[in-house]
Amino acid sequence: MSPDQPPLKRQNLPVRIFRFYLDGFRSMTVGRYLWALILAKLFILFFVFKLLFFPDLLKRDYDNDADRAAAVRRALVDRSANASYTGNISITYNTLF
Amino acid sequence: MNDLISVVDWSRWQFALTAMYHWLFVPLTLGISVIVGIMETIYYRKRTARWLAITKFWMMLFGINFAVGVATGIILEFEFGTNWSNYSWFVGDIFGAPLAIEGLLAFFMESTFIAVMFFGWKKVSPGFHLAATWLTAIGASISALWILIANAWMQYPVGMAFDPAQMRNVMDNFWEVVLSPVAIHKFFHAVLSGWVLAGVFVIGVSCWFILRKRSVEMAVSSIKVGGWVALAGILGTLWTGDGSAVDVAKVQPMKLAAMEGLYNGGRDQGIIAFGILNPSKTPQNDEAEFLFSVKIPYGLSVLATHDIHGFVPGINDLVNGIAIDENGDTVKVDSYAERIEIGKRSHDALRAYDSAAALGNTAAMDSAKTVLMDNYKYFGYGYLESPYEAVPPVALTFYSFHIMVIFGGYLLVFIALILLLVYKYPALLNKKWILWLGMITIPIVWVCSEAGWITAEVGRQPWIIEGLMPTRAAISDISAGTVQTTFWLFAIVFTALLAAEIGIMLRAIDKGSKTDYENAKD
Repeated sequence: MSPDQPPLKRQNLPVRIFRFYLDGFRSMTVGRYLWALILAKLFILFFVFKLLFFPDLLKRDYDNDADRAAAVRRALVDRSANASYTGNISITYNTLF
Repeated sequence: MNDLISVVDWSRWQFALTAMYHWLFVPLTLGISVIVGIMETIYYRKRTARWLAITKFWMMLFGINFAVGVATGIILEFEFGTNWSNYSWFVGDIFGAPLAIEGLLAFFMESTFIAVMFFGWKKVSPGFHLAATWLTAIGASISALWILIANAWMQYPVGMAFDPAQMRNVMDNFWEVVLSPVAIHKFFHAVLSGWVLAGVFVIGVSCWFILRKRSVEMAVSSIKVGGWVALAGILGTLWTGDGSAVDVAKVQPMKLAAMEGLYNGGRDQGIIAFGILNPSKTPQNDEAEFLFSVKIPYGLSVLATHDIHGFVPGINDLVNGIAIDENGDTVKVDSYAERIEIGKRSHDALRAYDSAAALGNTAAMDSAKTVLMDNYKYFGYGYLESPYEAVPPVALTFYSFHIMVIFGGYLLVFIALILLLVYKYPALLNKKWILWLGMITIPIVWVCSEAGWITAEVGRQPWIIEGLMPTRAAISDISAGTVQTTFWLFAIVFTALLAAEIGIMLRAIDKGSKTDYENAKD
């Protein structure tokens, strides 16, 4: 806190909370590096992975819940009719181990 | 090899990779937040600069772990929407509600109380600060509760009704989901194992201090707190592990059979203390189950039924429909072949429902729904072509379970030994081999913790939801290549994060041990 600022108790609550965080961030040592790491990580997760690689397929491909339900119903029915879909995971692992 | 590179396999490997990386950070957060709470409570009562320095030092390590680990779990939710969209839709609000509660709770508790923990030392009263520290610890555990409730539901789906119109399982009894015995045991088992992990971490780091002859007094004080938390944790983990074993025997008996490599069950079953599975053994042949094994007589019967003469079904018994009920009695249930037939009947009904829905024929929809619901309990079995597809990977389940048990037993002895030394024979704490043992035990406790999760998750295969949905039905219609790309991206990013955490933490330990405590004057 700089000397020309009024004491925290004389300020209103939102300002006190803001200054609480601001002073906290300013006084960090190891924390500065950690925050850089957190921000880089969040950028990679949300702006690279989520946007480029991880769309919510049902939300992207269908307009409403009824269409999504119908799509899942058909997918599950189709897989029942075609049980060899994508290979047999159990047999794969049992063979491996 | 073609099977291995299928989209199901890659998606499972990706989920396993991200979940296991996530679990490297979580148990340390759960446990060390409690240890820091205890240390700050001691400081609050004694008001000495030394306990303040001890508290701040371990709080800093908590902060580093938290900062690196935070949001690593969000990737699992990304994967649900992209790789496992059928599953995500099928579980509906049962999975969504606990995760939403967890997200809100984690955000509010962590953004407020952790800020007070780190920024509030000179700005709030000591009592308020202590409360914030404890609320952070409690909040972390409550966050874990909701995740584990969701996971427990996948292992033991209760409190819901399936609605073919919504194509979702709709929660109809919140408390049955939340208070499921599987959820309760799983929660305490996972959280208390975090106490063990963090306690051993504190002991191991403190051993390094003593080895380097730095801040020895702080190290000894830390070992005492870490040791008691670890002891409470390991005893609680053993107790809840026993409860989990009984749960598994009742609701996932195939998992238990795989955990023990038990193909043909019976009464008076011994438990394998150590064994090497026969790789040629399959449920369909008569080869020996083990190349070598050491058994504890009656152990498995006691573990599964709390009765030394209790019947424990093996893989073949279960396939043929012999199981134990909720009272521990041996009962004849539907064989897996019968379950597959019933499951296929439910699929036919769903197909009829879908056709009727397309035509808007409500009478036919109602009729199909009745047949579907009558056969729904084995819906997932309809995707299997052979009863033996319902057998999980025996070797991976068996070895991960036994690694967890053997390492868990070692941890109990280690923690008891350390506490004995620190209180009764403190001079022996200077012995190099003991200090090295303390440091070597740090990776062991992590391996033990991860092995527990491998047992839980591999042992329930092929189900993503027990009996209702196999993993192969849960997968989205995506290409294996897409999943491969993100698998390797995750591997690189998470490995970098882990290296960053270890590097930052080692520097912080080195620096903190030389400065904070040494400079603290009472």
